[in-house]
Amino acid sequence: MRAMILKEFRELRRDKRTMAMLIVLPILLLVVFGYAANFNVDTIRTAVVGPSADQVAEQLPDLFEVTINEPDETTDYLTDLLVAGTVSAGLDTTTQPPTVYVDGSNLFTAQPVVSATNALGDAVDVEVLFNPDLTTSWVLVPPLTGLILMFIGVVITAIGLVRERENGTLEQLAVMPLRPSTVILGKITPYFILAAVDMVIVTILGITLFDVPFNGNVGLFAAGAALFLFVVLGLGVLISTVSQNAGQAIQMALMVLLPQILLSGMIFPLDAIPWGVRWISYLLPLTYYTELSIGVMLRGAGIEALMIPFIILVVMAAFIFSAAVLRFRKDLAPSAAKAAS
Amino acid sequence: MIFGTSGLTVRYHGTTALSDVSMTAEPGAVTMVVGGDGAGKSTLLRALAGLAAPASGVISRPGSEGIGYLPTGAGSWRNLSVDENITFVGGSYGLTAAEIRTRGDDLLERAGLTEARDRPAGKLSGGMRNKLGFCLAMLSEPDLLILDEPTTGVDPVSRVDLWRLVSEAAAGGAAVVMATTYMDEAERGTTVYLLGRGRVLVSGTPDEIVDRMPGAISTTPHPSEPSRAWRAGRHYREWWPDGTIGSGEPADATLSDAAVVAELATLAGEVSA
Repeated sequence: MRAMILKEFRELRRDKRTMAMLIVLPILLLVVFGYAANFNVDTIRTAVVGPSADQVAEQLPDLFEVTINEPDETTDYLTDLLVAGTVSAGLDTTTQPPTVYVDGSNLFTAQPVVSATNALGDAVDVEVLFNPDLTTSWVLVPPLTGLILMFIGVVITAIGLVRERENGTLEQLAVMPLRPSTVILGKITPYFILAAVDMVIVTILGITLFDVPFNGNVGLFAAGAALFLFVVLGLGVLISTVSQNAGQAIQMALMVLLPQILLSGMIFPLDAIPWGVRWISYLLPLTYYTELSIGVMLRGAGIEALMIPFIILVVMAAFIFSAAVLRFRKDLAPSAAKAAS
Repeated sequence: MIFGTSGLTVRYHGTTALSDVSMTAEPGAVTMVVGGDGAGKSTLLRALAGLAAPASGVISRPGSEGIGYLPTGAGSWRNLSVDENITFVGGSYGLTAAEIRTRGDDLLERAGLTEARDRPAGKLSGGMRNKLGFCLAMLSEPDLLILDEPTTGVDPVSRVDLWRLVSEAAAGGAAVVMATTYMDEAERGTTVYLLGRGRVLVSGTPDEIVDRMPGAISTTPHPSEPSRAWRAGRHYREWWPDGTIGSGEPADATLSDAAVVAELATLAGEVSA
C-alpha cells in the first residue's frame, strides 16, 4: 500500500501537465471565473436621439452611460446603432412619450434596462428589439453552435493527428513522397467537412427546436462560421503537436475550451467582466464568433456592422493555422526544417 | 547507387544520439545494424530515412519516392483493412490502380496475407502486422528499404517469413538496411554495423568481424573473470584479451561473441572504435 502511494506520487510529480491541472489550474480557474461569473452589468452603453436628447440624457439614471448623443438624428439611426451592437440601449425623443429601445440579444443588459424603464411608468415606452420576450435560448443557441463545433473540432482533430503519432504512422507519412502541405490538408479537410456538416445540423436544429430566428444573411453567417472553423481546426493541430498521446490531447483541449465557455460572453456578459480578466476574453475566438452569430442570427447585422469580429477571426485563423502548419511541418520534415534553418 | 552516411552526428535535446557514424548500404545487399537498447540503431535508420536532422555529416539517400520505411512496431494504419492500407500507400507513391493491384496481390501472396486482406490491420497478429508493414514499405519497389526491427516480438515462423521477404527484396536489387537485436539475424546480413552508445564499434561482413575480434574465447562452467564472461546456454563464454586461454575449453568465436567483445573492449577502453 505504502509503496503504491509513493509510486503514484512519484509518477504524478514527473507528470507536469497533471500537476499543473491539480495545483495551478484550480487557483487560476477560481480567480478568473470568480471575477467573470457576474451577471450584473453596472453601466449600459446608450444612445440618445431626437430634439430633447440633451435634456433627457442628463436625467437618465447612472445605469445608462450615454456614449452617443445626437439631437438631430432619428429612430432609424438609433436602430442601426442597435443592430450594429454599438449600443445596448437607445432613447428616442422624437416620439411622445420617448421610447427606449433595448437590444434583446444582449440578455443581461436588456433585463436591467427593462426593469429601470418599467419603474418610470408611463413616462417612457419600452420596446425590446431582436428578442422581444428575452428568451434565454435565443441568445444561447447561436454561440452554442460555435462551442459545440469548437469541442468537436479541437478534440477530434487533435486526437486524429495524435493517433498517427501514437501508432508511428506519422513517421511513415513523413517518409512517403507527400509534401507536408498535402499531408496536413489531407488530414484536416475531412475534419473541416465533417465540422461544417455538424455546424449546419446544429444550427438548423437550434432554429427548429428552439424557434431561434435567423434574421441575417446566411452567406455571411457561413463565411464567419468557416473562418471560425479554420481557427478551431488550427487549435486542434496545434494541440496535437504538443501532445504525445490522446489523453494529453484531451487534457489540453479542455484547458483551451473551458475559458471559452465562461469568458466569451456566451454566458456572462463581457460588460460585466472586470478588465483585469476581460482582456482574456478578447483573445478567445469564441468571443468573436458569439458576436458574429448573435449579430447575424438575431439582429440581422450586415458585414459593415460585424467587420471587427470578422477581421479578428481572419487574423486569428491566419495566425493559428500558420503556426499549426509550421509546427506540424516540423514534425513531418525535420531534415528539411533543419536545412532551412 | 550506394546509400549511407558519412561522419553522421545526430543530437536530441543536447544528447548525442549518434556520433561520427559512417555506413554504406549497397543495392542487392542486406546491411544489418546491430546493437543493444539505446545504441542508436533507430536514430541511424531515422536519419537515413530523413526523419532525424543531422547535426553534422552527410547522408546519401534516394528521393522519398525511392525509400521504403518500416518503423518499429508499426507500419500500417490500424483502422484500415489490409487492402485499404495497400491502396492508400500505393496512391501516395503515385502508383496507378493497376500497379497497386498487381504489386499488392503479389506482395500479399508472398507474405501469406491474401486471406486477411479484408481484415483491419489492428486485428492482425503482431507478425502479420509486421509483414503488412513490410509489404507497404516494398509496394513502391524502393531503391532503399529501411526496416527498423521488423522481427522484434514476432513468432519464429513469421520471422522466417519476414527473412524470406527481406532476402527477396535484396535479390530484387533493393539496398536493405535492417536494424535488429538478434545476432542470428545479423549473421545473415551482407554487412554488419555494430553500434554502441551512438558509435560504430565494429563493422564488416560477419566473417570479417569474427576474424578481427581481438583475443580468444573459451567456454567454461565457472568463469575465472566474471567481468569478461557471459552466459551462453548452460555454460559461460569467456573472453581472453591477450589470446591466451587461462581456463576452460577453447571455442570458435561467433558474431555474437564478437559483438560482446566489442562492447567489453570499448568499455575497458582497450580498443577504440
